[in-house]
Amino acid sequence: MWCADTCTCRFVTLFGFEQVAYMAIVGSFPFNSFLSGVLSCIGTAVLAVCLRIQVNKENKEFKDLPPERAFADFVFCNLVLHLVIMNFLG
Amino acid sequence: IRNGGKSDSVNGHKSGSNQSPSLKSDLISPTMFNLKTLKLKTKQQELLIRVTILCLVYVLAFITRLFSVLRYESMIHEFDPCFNYRTTLFLTQKGFYGFWNWFDSESWYPLGRIIGDTLYPGLMVTAALMYWTLRFLRFAVHIREVCVLGAPFFASNTTLVAYFFGKEIGDLGFRGRPCGSCTDSDLPWLHLEIRSYDNEGVAIFALLLTFYLFVKAVNTGSLAWALASAFGYFYMVSAWGGYVFIINLVPLYVMVLLITGRYSMRLYVAYNCMYVLGMLLAMQIRFVGFQHVQSGEHMAAMGVFFLLQVFYFLDWVKHMLSDTKLFQAFLRITVTTAVVVGVVALGALQLGISHHGRAASTLLLDPTYAKDHIPIIASVSEHQPTAWSSFMFDFHSLLFLFPAGLYFCFKRLSDATIFLVMYGLTSMYFAGVMVRLILVATPAVCLISAIAVSATIKNLTRLVRAKNKVPSTGSSKGASSTKSSSKASLDQSLPFQRNGAIALLVGAFYLLSKYATHCTWVTSEAYSSPSIVLAARGAYGNRVIFYDYREAYFWLRQNTPPDAKVMSWWDYGYQITAMGNRTVIVDNNTWNNTHIATVGRAMSSYEDEAYEIMRSLDVDYVLVVFGGVTGYSSDDINKFLWMVRIGGGVFPVIKEPDYLVNGEYRVDKGAAPKMLNCLMYKLSYYRFGELMTEYGKPPGYDRARGVEIGNKDVKLEYLEEVFTTSNWIVRIYKVKPPNNRW
Repeated sequence: MWCADTCTCRFVTLFGFEQVAYMAIVGSFPFNSFLSGVLSCIGTAVLAVCLRIQVNKENKEFKDLPPERAFADFVFCNLVLHLVIMNFLG
Repeated sequence: IRNGGKSDSVNGHKSGSNQSPSLKSDLISPTMFNLKTLKLKTKQQELLIRVTILCLVYVLAFITRLFSVLRYESMIHEFDPCFNYRTTLFLTQKGFYGFWNWFDSESWYPLGRIIGDTLYPGLMVTAALMYWTLRFLRFAVHIREVCVLGAPFFASNTTLVAYFFGKEIGDLGFRGRPCGSCTDSDLPWLHLEIRSYDNEGVAIFALLLTFYLFVKAVNTGSLAWALASAFGYFYMVSAWGGYVFIINLVPLYVMVLLITGRYSMRLYVAYNCMYVLGMLLAMQIRFVGFQHVQSGEHMAAMGVFFLLQVFYFLDWVKHMLSDTKLFQAFLRITVTTAVVVGVVALGALQLGISHHGRAASTLLLDPTYAKDHIPIIASVSEHQPTAWSSFMFDFHSLLFLFPAGLYFCFKRLSDATIFLVMYGLTSMYFAGVMVRLILVATPAVCLISAIAVSATIKNLTRLVRAKNKVPSTGSSKGASSTKSSSKASLDQSLPFQRNGAIALLVGAFYLLSKYATHCTWVTSEAYSSPSIVLAARGAYGNRVIFYDYREAYFWLRQNTPPDAKVMSWWDYGYQITAMGNRTVIVDNNTWNNTHIATVGRAMSSYEDEAYEIMRSLDVDYVLVVFGGVTGYSSDDINKFLWMVRIGGGVFPVIKEPDYLVNGEYRVDKGAAPKMLNCLMYKLSYYRFGELMTEYGKPPGYDRARGVEIGNKDVKLEYLEEVFTTSNWIVRIYKVKPPNNRW
């Protein structure tokens, strides 16, 4: 599971940079689509990192948070994130 | 139990009723079985008392805002609520698509206004949803009732959220003992200015909800609470332009936590989730648009976001590296890189991003900005700096409980109390800059004062009960019994301590009750008068009601052609459109300064120049508000100088010194000649020179200014008077068509 997370994080961040590079070349119209693309990358990366933090047994602050709850939160947040992205794509 | 004692005095009962469990435990032999049942009963009793207080406070918060509804009737008063009501009505009639794509041609003639894109839809959508829910449940309510009663309803909800917020902060500081006295925080809430159907009614609820959910997210570090706070933020963005306060306070709070060394994973999770999701959600509101990534006001949040990533990265590297020296070197490199990148980014941002922000925000940071640059913002009475008397009037006892509360917050520092302190200090600063923002400061002041009160009362009641607890150490007093019994053994040498504590308690309760009375009085006298209906004391001390505004608007509605255009000062625009149902030239939205300046120029010119301007704008009717007969001081003559300033700001032909005599603004014989002949003067004082307003004074005595007017013989060439209300408060004139040329 850790490898999957790290790979996701790296891929997503790279994808984000790629989008910014594309925008730099082509121009930022329509701006909302660009924003939604970049923010979906950043959002997914951030949420994955948060999940990793919460599930990691070495973190003392989260020791009474069951990993199922953390994963459920992660899924729900991702759902909301992508719904908003889809609305924002335009 | 301390909570119970406090609540009893709130309800006015004697505080003995809650001591009965302890007395019972003294009388009955303390077997384990009896103690267990008593323990259960007391907890249930505590829960019952707490729920009762909450319900009472909820109802009280609602009722206290109904003064104007009870005295007059259920109607929309003030100016902005008229517009909100009109849009809500439109939403319920035409549905979401109609609302979202609405282009209004009835205001800002001939420009029109794209309403769908230029308003904060939160309030209207909330009211419409409540209306549809009630209709679904087969309650046949009118949308107006929902609007009028919606604000008190949300005020009650805000009280509830404040209670939970207080509990969240109190729970951590008071070591398992619930901060029941945070129900106390609801009492001070009662006086808030949320009495009209305006954005702030819903916005303050959303503000407090967002803050509560964010503090909960930081305390628990759970993604779910952070998501909830993002939704709260979305609700706030949809409701009011003041959301900028949240998007700056939260990053500031994170910065403070980082600086004070309180960085934790919970903070990282909470802020990241809230920022990304909140920003995305906020950009769905078309009025806000892309400001979150473009405007200077929102850059702090983004900066802190990146800073937090840097912190996380450093933390992770520290965790990976076991060698501290290597880590120090790495730290130094990273910090320098981060600083360099930050400076470069700032420089790039200065070039690319509009860092002027909005005028209102600039006004908050530099209070003198508007007076020099934008007269229209300076002219709004709600934007003036706050006087000490306003603070005292609104806050009463809370003013000196606030510093005490700050002290107690600092004594029990935690993530949550730091947030409360920051919220309190920043909001008080802004409340000092702009009167309207006292609204934002009130929740903070209430909560902090509640902490002061609850801490004081807790200490006092502990002293009072210290003597009681010495014989029965096994009683159901909870965790503090051992502490207080040890305290009691120490304090037995001071005989008057208990009496002093009781005296102080009585004093504290007296103070609180006085405060509650003051709040109710303030709400009744100052915040419950709808500005559309004026009340005054007659000659015999009886209450006289003036319905002039409604008389005039309904005259317009019934006696003018449907496509008539009305010119008035922008204050009355919303009301004319909503109640008179006629097109206006300018209204309270004030989005186009030049258009307003044109109207201002027309009002301040001589009649023939004004006629040209009015012909160019297709004006059919002119409406002025005049308080000379009744002594009403918020009329157009008193606002006239602002018309001159705003008009002069765009058209240099209008010069303010022309209307003043030695820097003084006068309307009597010694007034400036331009003043005596301008359109506003003529329209206000037409036929007034013959009127006897007060016994013993000459005819034409202006009761609002307290002088006899200078030019009594007013003749109008291009306009004719069509309607004056019964107390001369609103006067309507018709613009005559041009003369036939032959």
